[in-house]
Amino acid sequence: MFEEIGTTTEGDLIINVGPQHPATHGVLHLVITLNGETIKKVEPHLGYIHRSIEKMCESLTYRQFIYVTSRMDYLSAHINNHACALCVEKGLQIEVPPRALVIRVIMDELTRIASHELWWGAMAMDLGAFTPFFHAFRERESINEIMEETCGARLTMNYNVPGGVMADLHKEFPKRVKAFITLYKSKISEYAELVTGNIIFQNRMKMVGHLSVGDAISYGCSGPTARGSGVSCDIRKLYPYAVYDKVEFDEVLETGCDSFSRYIVRIREMQQSVRIIEQLIDNIPDGEFQAKTKAVLKLPKGEFYTRVETARGELGVFIVSEGGTTPYRIKFRSPGFSNLSALDKMARGSKLGDLVAMMGTLDLVIPDIDR
Amino acid sequence: MWSISKITEIIQHWLNQTFNPTWALIFEMVIAGVCVIGLFAVLGLVLVIMERKVSAWIQIRLGPNRVGPKGMFQSLADTVKLLVKEGMTPDGADKFLFNLAPVIAMIVAMLLMAPIAFAKDFRLWDLNIGVLYVSAISSIMVISILMAGWASNNKYSLMGAMRSGAQIVSYELSAGLSIMSIVVLTGSLNLSDIIYSQSDGWWIFKGHFPVMIAFVIFIIAVTAETNRAPFDLAEAESELTAGFHTEYSGMKFALFFLAEYVNVFIVCAIGATLFLGGWMPFHIGHWDSFNHVMDYIPSSIWFFGKTFFLIFLIMWFRWTFPRLRIDQLLNLEWKYLLPISIFNILLVTVMAILKWHF
Repeated sequence: MFEEIGTTTEGDLIINVGPQHPATHGVLHLVITLNGETIKKVEPHLGYIHRSIEKMCESLTYRQFIYVTSRMDYLSAHINNHACALCVEKGLQIEVPPRALVIRVIMDELTRIASHELWWGAMAMDLGAFTPFFHAFRERESINEIMEETCGARLTMNYNVPGGVMADLHKEFPKRVKAFITLYKSKISEYAELVTGNIIFQNRMKMVGHLSVGDAISYGCSGPTARGSGVSCDIRKLYPYAVYDKVEFDEVLETGCDSFSRYIVRIREMQQSVRIIEQLIDNIPDGEFQAKTKAVLKLPKGEFYTRVETARGELGVFIVSEGGTTPYRIKFRSPGFSNLSALDKMARGSKLGDLVAMMGTLDLVIPDIDR
Repeated sequence: MWSISKITEIIQHWLNQTFNPTWALIFEMVIAGVCVIGLFAVLGLVLVIMERKVSAWIQIRLGPNRVGPKGMFQSLADTVKLLVKEGMTPDGADKFLFNLAPVIAMIVAMLLMAPIAFAKDFRLWDLNIGVLYVSAISSIMVISILMAGWASNNKYSLMGAMRSGAQIVSYELSAGLSIMSIVVLTGSLNLSDIIYSQSDGWWIFKGHFPVMIAFVIFIIAVTAETNRAPFDLAEAESELTAGFHTEYSGMKFALFFLAEYVNVFIVCAIGATLFLGGWMPFHIGHWDSFNHVMDYIPSSIWFFGKTFFLIFLIMWFRWTFPRLRIDQLLNLEWKYLLPISIFNILLVTVMAILKWHF
């Protein structure tokens, strides 16, 4: 329930951060109890951007509902679509052609880099540095252009369909991706100079927002948030899907348990994504980009669950089918929701300025939390 | 060479010929007042467009480029917008203090302009305690911020104001001590004496290492005093929305905005005067012919060149550094800058007594 807003008898100051606040990057509402500048409690209030996506999916066919999921975590839209397509394919036991698998993985990793680029800029902005945002967008822009050329959309790609991808790659695709990788590699040192190596930045991040291994597990954190605490939870490694078991990459783990580790995990993860793309871009197999499927898809009666690693963590898709053309019930396990629940634990006892930095390192996308 | 004093002399001569002495004095005061207000407005506009262009340059974008040639009149258009905007006063605000705060901020910025020499012999008030005057008046600035924060009836504003109070009061110490090191070397509080003492070389070159340290501390401290990033905790966009001026809109906000930029100009002008010789051209000891060539460049260009260089430096800080946390900010002052300044002023004193400087 909402607490009464105002100063309490103990002299605590209760302030509302959000739903309209520059730090929350969306309509997240945090009720913060402060003692001076020190945080005593953080209480997230959700539901401002709840669009009942799960309910909407129940009235859409198995081909249609994938498009709605782009709007959940709009920064890793392609990966969301991938998870849904995987779940439908699992139910129908569709054999996806190898070309489509490779295309999916390349696009997944490009999406991951784009998402982390945006996170990097936005997080630096939370800390008061405005310039990194524009530098991040320069690289992100070239990914968006690749996406636009390939799928016709820049943000909500809708490129995945059950059985493969919607259209074949265009001829220029490998060239464009290689050009992006060259650009990205030339900018890595700039990132380190501008933000990572900055003494003010390091002081703001290190030893702040402590999330122990136990807490990360018990709050159900996943993705870079948990890997910053040393929890091995990369779905791409643990339960490989598509061609992730055939490419070489490292699961990035940091054991600092603080904001800086979570930051470093994401920075290094971008480099791992580049590594994956480099291995695949010259080896896209020829053949079909989409498996032959029936015009109307009907999942057999039963329950199907798949999970993928989005830019934010583990996304699970759970479909209950009654054998009809639409799902009986759909449930998404979104990474942002669990990650946000750890915020209170992390923030207690630190300063207000640090809360913003911690929210930055959680990489929150509010439509993903509310759905 | 080309000195503005000639123009002022012509004006004074003409006024004294045309009117009786009392009226001449009154007219002179009016002209000076109009000059200050004009300079205030022009500086505000120039600095805002400069900030936007510098930030655009650092952030690989173009910046304003629609209004006038290369967007040079953008800030003029913004001013017109702010002037015609409704000035809101929130419910429950202390209306008197709320409206008074921006005015105080502007008055303080205007008062600070008095002792600054903009060119050779061109200043409003040749005060014999100029340095003391500047540090005294600049500390009034914090009152307007506290007033704005308290009167707004907003928690963000209040927190911003409290942060700002703690910050300005602490950083004034090291700013004052670094200014003192020049006063020790010159033996005068008069800003024009300080400038004339640099006729054979600027203090930053004459004063060896200790003056350089004092200069660095001065730049850090005044960046904090004017609430500029990385010390912009009073505003802290991502934490406190806009800090102490969250509730201000229209012209009342513009006054705060203008006062901030003029304050930046003033602290940079003081820095240029104390460490870089003010309007004094670049002179090297007894190289008379070299010094003579340097004298050909007008003194106003020397002054504004140095001041704008320092302003550029402060803008550069703002667009590259992340913000400090409040405890780190106070740690930096009380644990590092203040002890270093105190030790440094000791060094400078020893240097001044033994006449080790050039």
